Amino acid sequence: MIAYILRRLGMILLTLLAASIIIFSVTQLLPGDVAQVILGQFATPEAVANLRAELGLDRPIVVQYFDWLIRFIQGDWGTSMVSRMEVRPMVMARLRNSLMLASVAILMYVPLGILLGVISAIKEDGMADQLISGISMAFAGLPEFVTGLLLIGLLAVSFDFLPANSSIEPDTPFREAFQYLILPAITVSLTSLGYISRMTRSSTIDVLRSDYTRAADMKGLPRWQVLTKHVLRNSLLPTVTVVALGIGWLIGGLIVTESVFGYPGIGRLLVYSIQRRDVISIQAISMVIVTIYSFSNLIADILYGILNPRIRLGG
Amino acid sequence: MTTNTTVLDVKNLWVSYATDDGALNTVRNVTMKIARGEIYGLVGESGSGKTTLARALVRYLPRNGSISSGSISLGGVDLLALSQRELRKVWGARVTMVHQDPSKAINPSIPVGDQIAEMARTHLGMSRAQAKNKALEMLEKVQLPDPESVAARYPHQLSGGMLQRILIATALTTNPQFLIMDEPTTALDVTTEAVILDLVRDLLREYETAVLYITHNLGVVARICDRVGVMYAGELMEEGNIQQVFKQNYHPYTLGLLGCVPRIDASKHDIDLHTIPGHIPRPNALPDGCIFAPRCAMAEDACRKERPSLTEISDGHFTACRRWSEVADNIHIIAKDKSEEEEIDMSEIPLLLDARNIEKQFKVRRSGLSNIFAWKPDIVRAVDNMSIRVRKGATMGIVGESGCGKTTFARCIAGFESATSGDIFLNGEALPYSIKDRSKSTLKKIQLVFQNPDASLNPQHPVGQSVGRPLALLGNVLQSEIDQRVRELFEAVNLPADYVHRLPHELSGGEKQRVAIARAFAANPELMILDEPISSLDVSVQASLMNLLAELQKEKGVSYLFISHDLAAVRHLSDWIAVVYLGRIWEIGSAQDVFSPPYHPYTEALLSAIPIPDPNIHQERIRLQGSVPSAVNIPSGCRFHTRCPRKIGAICETESPTWQNVNRFHSICCHIPLEELNKLQAPITVEEREQP
Repeated sequence: MIAYILRRLGMILLTLLAASIIIFSVTQLLPGDVAQVILGQFATPEAVANLRAELGLDRPIVVQYFDWLIRFIQGDWGTSMVSRMEVRPMVMARLRNSLMLASVAILMYVPLGILLGVISAIKEDGMADQLISGISMAFAGLPEFVTGLLLIGLLAVSFDFLPANSSIEPDTPFREAFQYLILPAITVSLTSLGYISRMTRSSTIDVLRSDYTRAADMKGLPRWQVLTKHVLRNSLLPTVTVVALGIGWLIGGLIVTESVFGYPGIGRLLVYSIQRRDVISIQAISMVIVTIYSFSNLIADILYGILNPRIRLGG
Repeated sequence: MTTNTTVLDVKNLWVSYATDDGALNTVRNVTMKIARGEIYGLVGESGSGKTTLARALVRYLPRNGSISSGSISLGGVDLLALSQRELRKVWGARVTMVHQDPSKAINPSIPVGDQIAEMARTHLGMSRAQAKNKALEMLEKVQLPDPESVAARYPHQLSGGMLQRILIATALTTNPQFLIMDEPTTALDVTTEAVILDLVRDLLREYETAVLYITHNLGVVARICDRVGVMYAGELMEEGNIQQVFKQNYHPYTLGLLGCVPRIDASKHDIDLHTIPGHIPRPNALPDGCIFAPRCAMAEDACRKERPSLTEISDGHFTACRRWSEVADNIHIIAKDKSEEEEIDMSEIPLLLDARNIEKQFKVRRSGLSNIFAWKPDIVRAVDNMSIRVRKGATMGIVGESGCGKTTFARCIAGFESATSGDIFLNGEALPYSIKDRSKSTLKKIQLVFQNPDASLNPQHPVGQSVGRPLALLGNVLQSEIDQRVRELFEAVNLPADYVHRLPHELSGGEKQRVAIARAFAANPELMILDEPISSLDVSVQASLMNLLAELQKEKGVSYLFISHDLAAVRHLSDWIAVVYLGRIWEIGSAQDVFSPPYHPYTEALLSAIPIPDPNIHQERIRLQGSVPSAVNIPSGCRFHTRCPRKIGAICETESPTWQNVNRFHSICCHIPLEELNKLQAPITVEEREQP
């Protein structure tokens, strides 16, 4: 197991290296010169050339890349070209917000998704199953901006339950931010719920049909005990992996939801930076998202290994 | 002692499934009783309704199945009157089940000890600690060494034989009145099967449980059952005690099934195996009269008009045949003795295949932490110096437990695996190791038939196309010639000509294997490698395929390399037999010689394990404990010494034995002198048991 994790960590380093090359190259391809963007279109050519020299933009591209990479690893992520603020604290504050939103969403949709999936599996092809499948598939199919707007219209505007706009200050503490998190979290949950419940449903049906479930039934164990001890322990294995993978997906994938609600997360910062051609911020944000994605993949595999005795103990 | 208390009493049971074709009555009008301490064997081919009956008896049918009429009483309790909740109190406490494949019937993510303990906790009201002790006690009962450590393990860390013991331990924990065993040894090696059967027999005597033992293997029934019911297409055809059913049967189906099983004292030169033509009818397409009549050699017009019911002929002996009294006179329908064939001097026949000192090693990476420090991979010596010769038109049988390297050896000969070292000569010509380096004409000469025809036939292609493909690939011939040849091949393997257009899923297992055989013969091979070609099929289908193979061999003069773990089948088909253990040959000789003393102790154990469908047979009880050691760490000295029941001392652990020649063709590789082996070992004989 340890050897496996070490090997995987090595692979992640390689992945990140490759990602850094791609991110750096792509940002170089963005139209417009960074110095020009900073100084505005009426700057004199001398001023632009001076700034280019100051920023090191006149050096060969490979040198620029390594310079950027080493600084990035050392924690010097540069200064935003737009806000003139340090990038790292800014990105970290937004990352915290995105993680808050993702956690609330996961706590909503994972237990509910598993519950619905298990109910569907037990009542396979029954009324409950078809209802759950139909509704969760419908929500999974709707894009977030539609569900988000529907929820705003219903819960915020019509009934005035919750705030329609979540554009809070980026450093608001969780306790105060919580009420602003609920609507975006529900939006994300509705999209992911169907995925989790379908996954749980199909793996639970497989396990319910297995010989060892029959054997457990024939042991005369109470039905709930067969379900909790014998069925779920095996059928939730794939779901656990999906949930862990979902963490990575959520961080990068919250862009739409965060934009709809004006929530200051990392996704919205990325959109903002792209709109303003803030190359330095784009590079840093992309690297952070790639890193989180890679590690959530690793966590998914480690969790699977720990929960599955076949992998944990070898054999 | 067996008392006559009836535990299970089933009357006129009908079970039906709701399907798209309407209701299918899969079990019809079954009446049976099982007494305390009695082992009732239920035999029949696949599709006969055995498993449905078993599941109906405990009211655990699939959702679309239901009991349409009849009664089931277990220890005086009417099972059909119980609610689902009450039923769960009966399951596990009064009736338990041992399932077919132990590796699937035990939960993979719970330590096995806990899975036994939960029985005790649920039904015996034990505390956690008491239940744990009970589990250990049960593990000891099923003779597992070191119960403490076994209890803490997960299923994937244990062998099939150990898992089956754990299932048996689980089933007996609550000392149930009634136990159902559904093909409990089918997934196991013959040596492990023998050990498990002994254990089952002894334990059930002790517990006095009433047992329903489901199997397709008549030999197993003869070994452990007291009574037997023969099931066919959902109905009981014959029922009686072992002596009655095996020695004086009153139904042609029973007689036929017995005739399908190859005998260990006769070969293809002596007899043709009996076959039962046709298929089991589906429950919605039953014939009007006797349901067996369309396949029965004794059927007459009256049989086809009225369906006979199960009637008691003599004390406890039931049959559903109206001509029961004539069955005994019709013994000739199964014993087709062949005329004496001329003795041929076997050394006169030229060699076809001469494989010398074949070795095959695989590299495997260890898993876990040790992997970082050990850069050198482990080496599995799957085949470790095996030499085999196959003469023209003859069959060489290779037997051994699973994991002994017999399949790898065959794959090396075929070129699917490249041998690590050794020489392969075909007709005196050296062959390259890999199939890629062999010439087209060599490829034509060696053909293979695999165990599972499903995996080797393209499901999208009509089977005729699959058979014609090698013709098109291996020589430039016209399409019309190919079609003609395919028709001939289908005729040769007894398949109707219109089958060429069918897809594999429209064929039964036996028919698919016939197609695979036809395809192998398409290239006119000189050597056919048959890797367990009949193992997954019903006995009657096995018999007809073995007859077919013998017939084709005689006709076409092809040689077979026949690989099987079924010793009776090997005995029937082979002229020569090699016994393989851990990648090496330990005994080789003519089939007759290998099956009579002196034997190598391993051969002796294999022979002693064969379940023979004759309750009066006398077999020495020689059992191998444990399973085949890993081919990574091969034991020192004689590699069989860790399991050898006749080990003579330190020499077995330190020195490799040498070959001793019994006669010109028969050799044994063992430290024990031949005279000694001769004294120790007895041939398998049939004795008339004294009547009590």
